[in-house]
Amino acid sequence: MTDERPQTAYAEPIANVGVSAVLRQAIRHRSALIGAAIVAFFVLLALISPLIEPYPTRETTCAVFEPPSPQHWLGCDDGGVDVLSLVLRGGRISMIVGAVATMIAIGIGATVGVLSGYFGGWLDIVLMRITDYFLVVPQIVLMIVIAAVWGPSLSHVIVVIGILMWTSTARLVRSQVKSLRERIFIKRAESLGASHFRIILHHILPQVGPLLVANTVLAITVAIFNETALAFLGLSDPTAITWGTIMEHAFDRAAVSSGAWWAIVPAGVSVAILVMGFYMLGKSIEDALNPRLEVSYLSIHGWKMRPLAGRGPDAT
Amino acid sequence: MRSAPYVWKRVGFALLTVYVSLTFNFLLFRVLPGSPVSRISRVPNASSELKDALIAQFGLDKSLGEQYLLYLQQTLHGNLGISYANRQPVIDNLVVAFSNTIPMVMTGTVLALVIGIVLGVASAVRRGGYIDHLGTNIAVLFYAFPTQFLGMMILIFFAGTLPSAGMSDPFAIGGSGWENLVDRIRHMILPVLTLVLTLFAENVLIVRSAMLETLGEDYILTARAKGVSRRRLIRAHALPNALLPIVTLVAMSLGTIVTGAILIEVIFSWPGIGRTLYMAVLKRDYPMLQGGFLAITIVVIAFNLVADLIYFKLDPRITS
Repeated sequence: MTDERPQTAYAEPIANVGVSAVLRQAIRHRSALIGAAIVAFFVLLALISPLIEPYPTRETTCAVFEPPSPQHWLGCDDGGVDVLSLVLRGGRISMIVGAVATMIAIGIGATVGVLSGYFGGWLDIVLMRITDYFLVVPQIVLMIVIAAVWGPSLSHVIVVIGILMWTSTARLVRSQVKSLRERIFIKRAESLGASHFRIILHHILPQVGPLLVANTVLAITVAIFNETALAFLGLSDPTAITWGTIMEHAFDRAAVSSGAWWAIVPAGVSVAILVMGFYMLGKSIEDALNPRLEVSYLSIHGWKMRPLAGRGPDAT
Repeated sequence: MRSAPYVWKRVGFALLTVYVSLTFNFLLFRVLPGSPVSRISRVPNASSELKDALIAQFGLDKSLGEQYLLYLQQTLHGNLGISYANRQPVIDNLVVAFSNTIPMVMTGTVLALVIGIVLGVASAVRRGGYIDHLGTNIAVLFYAFPTQFLGMMILIFFAGTLPSAGMSDPFAIGGSGWENLVDRIRHMILPVLTLVLTLFAENVLIVRSAMLETLGEDYILTARAKGVSRRRLIRAHALPNALLPIVTLVAMSLGTIVTGAILIEVIFSWPGIGRTLYMAVLKRDYPMLQGGFLAITIVVIAFNLVADLIYFKLDPRITS
């Protein structure tokens, strides 16, 4: 925090560049392995969930709010549906929502960041003003308003999360591209007659790649959080089964006053474990990327890796 | 007066952001396809005079350009339309909602900050020790749980022992001022607890890293070499510098605070701005929804501006 030069942090020569080198370094951390294992476990469950769900997710198979039993390991919800099956199926859709929304966000963020940092000038000013606006505006409120106007649906939720979550990526990528732009190998490539497109594709992107990977992994956690929040406020498709809607239905239909904790805990704990997995993985990649970030201000609710970006001299 | 340009730049940007939000609000609710549903004169069960008055005030029978100007003019005068749900002016509803939200959110934020600073400093000072591991792990754990999940768990856990809905006991009319105050505070405990659990983790982690970074500075080494005691080193040399990021921290977590407040107010039926927004969504009360959106945006922008200016005041290294 005492260092006020966000750009120079990246300008120092990085011995190992490229996505694979950084990943190899990251995997040496124990927490990276644990994180990767957790994520892999959840992905696997999501892939095979239709095969291992013990009961159908749309049919009544037991009593309303039946407590956990040997037949129904995690009990039943308000409609007499097996909670274990619901949580398995919900993870699938929650993770798809998280992944797709993140892809949209990282795509927009990387494009804006690269364009802004590479070309500079008026394009930079315009794009950064837009970014600043989205940084300041309370995103969840904007998401609520847009989702409310568009109507509740899963694809709306994905798009809304995606188009509002890209700002930190844009800022981060921009500051790195800006410093890369001044490096000698870019200048050489330029003087050799390489086109902008080629320079960006072959020289800039490989350098920014690891940063984007770390960012993507961390952004998924935020996307999953946002999905559960929007679903909880009734803005997701009420018929879709996600971890968010499972918790929303339980709350709506008095699971709390009936003391039916088993209708809430499995979904909530799944979110927490998956988020921890992504967090540990993302943080290890980030640490491997830049040893100076060993002490970082990482925040999974806002995933701002460097809170000072945009406040110091970097702010235009 | 070298600070003047910086201050004006920040203020100018804040005003610009508010203006963009105003315009965005107009576009979203009145221009984009699918949005005419939000025609603000369509107040259910309203007298025709009220409808005519709204049509005249906002020029709903005029062109979009004129509507936009009238909209800006009315909004600047505090006229945000009439709520569909209770047929009161939106602005009055908003004032009530904010006055309910602020005590709860402020208490929670301040408590989370205090806990964050104490735990963060304790962890950093004993880096790698028992307290450090415990503190950091607990923080990351609470970090990973969604707010609504924590809220529901607290609700189940404390059901019966503490009031779990609303701001005060609706049947406790006529009690003394002291009794009413106690009642209010008892109602506030669970929402504030949830907010603290949501927020404190981030604070612990950030204070810890800020403190660690400060402890690695050369001037700390110099002070040690001069024989400054450990206690004085931490309190007088490291802490004041490490606390600088706290200002940024509060501004940074505004988004989390807003999200947390909305979910918590819904869970604990707290009649604040978050619940107002939620009810507006449920009842398709569009004037209330746009009013609430605008109000929260302006408050967040204002807090961001204040944080920027305080940071500038505290840290002489920042220049415009």
